[in-house]
Amino acid sequence: MARPTGLILHNASAAPTERLPVLSVSELREAVIGGVAAGARLAAFFCASQSGSSSRLVAVLAHGASSTLEAYAADVGREYPALTPDCPAAHWFEREIAEQARLSPQGHPWLKPVRSQSQKKAAAEPGVTDYFRMEGDEIHEVAVGPVHAGIIEPGHFRFQCHGENVYHLEISLGYQHRGVERAMRGPITARSIHYMETLAGDTTVGHATAYCQAVEALSGTHVSAHAHVIRAIALELERLANHTGDLGALAGDVGFLPTASYCGRIRGDFLNMTALLCGNRFGRGLVRPGGVGFEFEPARREEMSRRLAAARRDVTEAVNLLWDTPSVMSRFQETGVVSRSTAIELGLVGVAARACGLERDSRLEFPTGIYSFAQIPVSAVETGDVFARAFVRWLEIQRSLAFIEERLATVPEGVLRSPVATLKPSQIAVSLVEGWRGEICHVAMTDAAGNFAAYKVVDPSFHNWMGLAMALRNQQISDFPLCNKSFNLSYCGHDL
Amino acid sequence: MLRILTARLRQGHRTIGYPDAPPVLPDRYRGLPVVNAAKCDDGCAKCAQACPTGAIDRRKGTLSLDMGKCLFCAACVEDCPAGAISFTSEHRMAVRNRADLIVSDRVSAMAAALDEKSRRLFGRSLKLRQVSAGGCNACEADLNVLSTVVYDLSRFGIQFVASPRHADGVVVTGPVTANMKQALLETYEAVPAPKIVIAVGACAISGGPYIGHPECGGGAAEWLPVDLFVPGCPPHPITILDGLLRLLGRMDDGVKAKGDRAG
Repeated sequence: MARPTGLILHNASAAPTERLPVLSVSELREAVIGGVAAGARLAAFFCASQSGSSSRLVAVLAHGASSTLEAYAADVGREYPALTPDCPAAHWFEREIAEQARLSPQGHPWLKPVRSQSQKKAAAEPGVTDYFRMEGDEIHEVAVGPVHAGIIEPGHFRFQCHGENVYHLEISLGYQHRGVERAMRGPITARSIHYMETLAGDTTVGHATAYCQAVEALSGTHVSAHAHVIRAIALELERLANHTGDLGALAGDVGFLPTASYCGRIRGDFLNMTALLCGNRFGRGLVRPGGVGFEFEPARREEMSRRLAAARRDVTEAVNLLWDTPSVMSRFQETGVVSRSTAIELGLVGVAARACGLERDSRLEFPTGIYSFAQIPVSAVETGDVFARAFVRWLEIQRSLAFIEERLATVPEGVLRSPVATLKPSQIAVSLVEGWRGEICHVAMTDAAGNFAAYKVVDPSFHNWMGLAMALRNQQISDFPLCNKSFNLSYCGHDL
Repeated sequence: MLRILTARLRQGHRTIGYPDAPPVLPDRYRGLPVVNAAKCDDGCAKCAQACPTGAIDRRKGTLSLDMGKCLFCAACVEDCPAGAISFTSEHRMAVRNRADLIVSDRVSAMAAALDEKSRRLFGRSLKLRQVSAGGCNACEADLNVLSTVVYDLSRFGIQFVASPRHADGVVVTGPVTANMKQALLETYEAVPAPKIVIAVGACAISGGPYIGHPECGGGAAEWLPVDLFVPGCPPHPITILDGLLRLLGRMDDGVKAKGDRAG
């Protein structure tokens, strides 16, 4: 049977929902399982609407080689045969579907909620749920969280150990659930952009850009090259700040304090450059539908150039100390290895995928805005260990620095912010942005009145949390902080 | 080894001069808002309509702005035809009482120090346990940054600690999600008395952008006795630091003399 053809979309474009093919369940399985086996990635898979006992599932495949997105729909009853046994990349999506839409994907190997959104009671009890358990006299279980030792977001980690050795790690999230997707349904309100800016606060620019691209596609708004350049500069500054902070934190986790303390400061230098743009260190207020909220005058560009040169000097020196220090390298190398095949099976994205040698980067595969004209090479390393995830960050820091420097040399003139019309009714738009953690995917669907009928957010962490669990297999439990930091995934971005 | 030492020399001493020297803030920084009801046209409430969180109260003849709900997005400023609201560069915004976060024509109070007994206990050594209860990781990030060499929080005797048993209080971020409420309350319970509670950011003070969501509450004060409110979305690290130092009675207003508080 030939694989069914879906609705072909380009990144940040919209199409009428009526063109979305509604398949049978077996056709949807064929399309997604076959598509992923042929090299596509499952970018989104969710329940878009329910009426009576029928639920409409929507799947979006990302074809990197042809820069196209392919969307399918299928109407299913309360039960349907799960895709997960034949397509592991669907496993977390189907757990989410089961939880949100109360469907039962038959044959799913581990069907439990992803957000502890218990339907019976208002609040879930921390860490109280069924966990995968090992049996045996010398087996012990370690439970950590949701409140952790540092200033970090809450999550629960359950380790099945034999001595120091971790056989299995199960990650239980949902503590940060604030109801963002539910609140996004309906008309655009004064709060919509703020939900996006606080969806994952460290990815303010990334998520706000994904949202704005979706709104602009659905309303047919043209954004000037001027605004696109400012958005891209802000997105790369966000990457620089977080990658620098992560490298410092990785150094701290192996007790190498010089890089830890320098990078802690230099991260702030990058955040302050974002504040130079818009007054806020996290980019709040900068990205707005139609363009950007703040002028980027020549004097401000010069100031940023000057600061960027200083930060480049400092970060180069601070980070290169890592690679020259044997005690650091011996802790980074061969720790927390994720194989290339596991990364493909799970559908990992971003830094975690590129550290397994996968050349996945939305900026190159699905470029929008200025990235269509100014390409950034993909930074990939083959080894899949903590070192690889660290070194990918360092390669990306250098490329983001070069990219911003080039943009600052020639900022095209244009409108700061174009007026945004109302959203067209009965449309679907898919918007991808390569945030610093990886691919951010927003899928927006409008109803007959032009309001959001569904708004699906897939943070890169949604794909990658399982990657962390796999990285811990056969590792010492004491290496968990280091492995966790090497992924540095978002809790609220996952919990929504 | 030589390279490490060379790097140490080149990277230099980078701790800011604050509180002895005034802080360096970006020119577009949005700090303490000021309102002037006298400028308002009768019947105009565009600011209140523009506000995403209902922070603005605009009823006949009056205009006030609740910093506890404010996201400092300045949508009100953009939509006001009369220029009745503006954001100043004043970073000192932390207060002891929730009501003092409401900015109107009158000048509101800056955070007062703890009572003498608490100051004797905490004034030179304050250990805090941070709990993120639905925080988006922006407030958390700017709390973390206080421990870097730039702010060097430990020079004031303040530290974030791993266990609530070692802490003198909790710092809460986020609107307190239903799924984190129990963990937050149990962490607070585990802190030995006497203890303090600090709410950082619009979410922890009021729910922020999530006000009214059934999935979360309206901030820490619904469950815990809050001693210090630090407004912002997120607050600038300097605003948090200023609040902490004021709470401990460590600000002898050396900064205040350099520029009177606006409004």
